[in-house]
Parts: sequence; structure tokens; C-alpha cells
Amino acid sequence: MGRKARDGVFIMKKTIYVDNAATTPTLKPVLDAMIPFFCEHYGNPSAMYGVAGEAKEALEEARRRVAALIGADEDEIFFTGGGTEADNLALRGVMCAPKNTRKHMITTEIEHHAILHPAQQLEREGFRVTYMPVDDKGRVSLSAIADEATPDTALISVMAANNEVGTIEPIAEIGAFCRGRGIIFHTDAVQAAGHMKIDVHEMKIDLLSMSAHKFGGPKGVGAIYIRRGIRLLPLVLGGGQEKGMRSGTENTAGIVGMGMAAKIAAENMEEDMKRVAALRDKLIKGVLEIKKTRLTGDPENRLPGTASFVIEGVEGESMVLLLNEEGICAATGSACSTASLDPSHVLTAMHIPHEIVHGSLRISIGVQNTESDIDHIIAKLPGIVARLRAMSPMWNEEI
Amino acid sequence: MYSDKVMDHFKNPRNVGEIADADGVGEVGNLKCGDVMKIYIKVKDDIITDVKFKTFGCGAAVATSSMATELIKGKSIEDAIKLTNKAVVEALDGLPPVKVHCSVLAEEAIKSAIADYYKKIGKDPTPIIGCSGNCEHCPGHSM
Repeated sequence: MGRKARDGVFIMKKTIYVDNAATTPTLKPVLDAMIPFFCEHYGNPSAMYGVAGEAKEALEEARRRVAALIGADEDEIFFTGGGTEADNLALRGVMCAPKNTRKHMITTEIEHHAILHPAQQLEREGFRVTYMPVDDKGRVSLSAIADEATPDTALISVMAANNEVGTIEPIAEIGAFCRGRGIIFHTDAVQAAGHMKIDVHEMKIDLLSMSAHKFGGPKGVGAIYIRRGIRLLPLVLGGGQEKGMRSGTENTAGIVGMGMAAKIAAENMEEDMKRVAALRDKLIKGVLEIKKTRLTGDPENRLPGTASFVIEGVEGESMVLLLNEEGICAATGSACSTASLDPSHVLTAMHIPHEIVHGSLRISIGVQNTESDIDHIIAKLPGIVARLRAMSPMWNEEI
Repeated sequence: MYSDKVMDHFKNPRNVGEIADADGVGEVGNLKCGDVMKIYIKVKDDIITDVKFKTFGCGAAVATSSMATELIKGKSIEDAIKLTNKAVVEALDGLPPVKVHCSVLAEEAIKSAIADYYKKIGKDPTPIIGCSGNCEHCPGHSM
């Protein structure tokens, strides 16, 4: 990403980071809020002396802030080691709970692996899992879900918004349906929290997963919202922290960081969403000028920052490598870019043909991006695509 | 992830193009990851006088096909047949394990072009070439 000057000094080209769906830079005020909790207020929040008191208070303040971001009550928020852990806790916590006699759960084909893999593990343990298909925009159908629900269904888990294509799912409708049927409704809001308005009580959500590093907080900390009255079997047992729901000495600095990130996200959400969406729309318009390029996901109900495309005749990893040479950090769902050589399961579930999935490009704009970042991408991408197409045995320029 | 040599061959690939009146053309593909490589060769007095390639694929796919064409250009057919994927990987200063299959594809593309040349001149390619360049039917390759 940089280049060596003649005297061997490395010059950093400006980095245009547009992979915010993967992770976001920690905000400076978040880092500032965290620092005191390393060497000053370092006490174990469970202890009874002075240095622990500030830690305990800060923990609870963070809890209030995270609750406020999603319209929950503070005693419904439990901190975890991240979004993945919260997802695992939600699924196993419900299905394996001692009082649960039901054996069936419903989720979707486009969930993150942090939901799919625990679900597959539950299948190996004797539970039955239905994976709902999606349409070509990545939307799941409530009536199709309703058809699959039986008296044996204990849990329905549908992500609030998809991390690869940005499609926002109809979670309020699914919540209302579940509430009416006495089925627990979990939503993986790891990608959505902080980027769209969520009100767990209004939307009748019972469980929700979130992750700090997706909205300006540090990595390694997340939270699960558990509606009052719902009992989960905890995953991590030990000293009984977080009311027994997640033992282990609290990651005070991380949790404080998450709280601050939640506060900033809540305060700026409306403005940020508008500004980021405008950048996204400008990017989409520019990229769609390239021949044989399609936007994936729901064109209307999508996250403000996500713009993902399939570009014919080029392979995703090559595109990402050449964009990286220009200082642009983006992502792809192509098979070549994964360790398993499997293409994106999300794009595949959306019935995008195998050959075209290889040309997937995922750009996710964040609060720190500017219009000139977008202009730079629009300026560089067509040349990159043309260069790769010229090298391809399967691309015919005249078509 | 990639060595400097791989990045160089990816950013500045050698011998990209087509040969209209090629003496041999080979095209191979890996259906799983979607890479496709096409090699064109010109042969005179048993020497590969020119070689061009077109590739659809990741950084390693482009780099291995570029390197493979460099390694056979100007060589005799007899020498080119001996090209192994291992030689391609070594020439590139190594590849991540998950990308080694790209070098196998490059080897097969070269062999496929030579097999095509043999067919054109009426020689049976099978005893010499072996691999048909069709990954799906292959029991395995030495890496």
C-alpha cells in the first residue's frame, strides 16, 4: 500500500478504508474513555475496595449506554467476548436450556457463520434446524417462515441486516409473529446495531447479538440482549459475573469502550446514516457505469454503508489486490479469496450464478469516509476492471 | 500473503495475449474456485518460439500462468513437457498452501497446449503428456 522512495523510506499512500463491514477503526473518544481502566481504575469490578468502585460504576454506565442504543432496559444487557460469542449463547442458550423440550429451530441460509456453525453443531446433537431460503435480493419471507413453524419450534433466528449485501430483514414483522406464537425470536444485529434504528421492545425481539468493533468500539467485546423473563443456559461458567450469564472477570476497558461507541452511535445515528447513505448512493451510481455490473442485495432496504456488486469477467481477489495497490481496502466474496475455496454462501443463496459470484466486490462505507474517498474509488475501479477483463479468456469486449 | 515475485507477476504479467495462428492452444479450468487459464504456443523446429496466455482468476492464478509462460518460452517441447508446478512455485518464491492448486493448473495449461500441438501434427499426446487438463477426472497430482 505504500511505496519505497529511492532512499528506502516507505511512503504511505493514503488509505481509503471501505471494509467497515469487516471491522471499523476504534474512535478516538472511545480509546480515550478506555485508557483510565488499564492503569488507574484497574480493579476487579467484583471487589469491594476503592479502585474497584470506579470500574464497577463505569461498567454499569456502559451497560446503560448499550441498552439505550437498542431500546432495551439496562438489566437486559449482558456483556460477552464479542458478537460470535453472543450468537453461540443465543442459540445454545435457548435450545439446550434445561426447561426447553422443543427440538426445532429456524434460521436463514444467509446468516453469518457465527450462527450457521452453532446451528450445524446443534443438528449433530439431535436438534432439527430449518434454514430458510432468500430471494434474489437476499430477503427472507415471513410467510415462508410461518409455514415452517411448528409447536416444536423453540427459536427463530434471523439477522437484522446482512453483512455481505446489506439487505435489511423484516425483523419487526418476524418479532410480532414469534410473540404471537410463543416462539423465542433472536436477531443477529452484529452488522446492524449502531447503523440503523433498533428498538427491541417495539420490534418484539427477545434476544439480540451485538459487537463493539462494528460501530467504532474495540475488538473482543460484545453484548447479548435477553428480554426480561427469558432464561438461557449460559455458555461460560465460572465466577458468576453478569448475573451468571457470562462468567469471567469483566473486560472493563473494552466494555467502557463499547459503551462510549454506543453513546456516540446513538447521538449521531440520524446524521451519519444520511451522510453515509449519500456516499453509498454516489458510489453505486459511479460503479454501475461499468458495463455488466450489478448491485446485489435489496436496493431500498439496505444498510446505509453497504454497496456490494458482482462484476462480470473479473475475479474478486484480483480486483481487491489491485484496489489495494491504490490504497483502497475492500472485500470480495469470491471463492479464490477464502481458505475453503467456497464462494460466498450469501451470494449463492441469492441465486447469483456461480461464475458471476467470482466477480463479487464488497464495499462498506463508514463514518470516517469522505466524498473524495468515493471519487477516488469511482476513478480507479473502471481501469482495474478493464485491465483484468483484457487478461481474461472469457471476456469479449465487443459483447 | 503473496511474495514480492508473485505480486510482480500479478501486477506486471508477462506474455498476456492471444496468438491468432497458434500451433497449440490449451484451456483448463478449476470448476471449484473458478480459475480458467488459456495458453497459446507457436512452435518451430520443436522450439516454443512464442507463448501467450489469458487467465481469469486470483492473484496466484495470474502469477503462476505468467511465470509458466516465462519458463517455457524459447525452450524445446521436450523441456517444456518436463515443467512441473513445483518449479513454478519455486520460481515465484513460494505460494501460500491454499494457492498451490493454481500452480497445478498452470502446469496443466502448458501441457494442454502442447497436447493440442501434438494432435495438430498427428502425434498421440497421451503417453507423453498424461494429463488431459481436466481437473475433475484427476486422481491427484504430486505437489
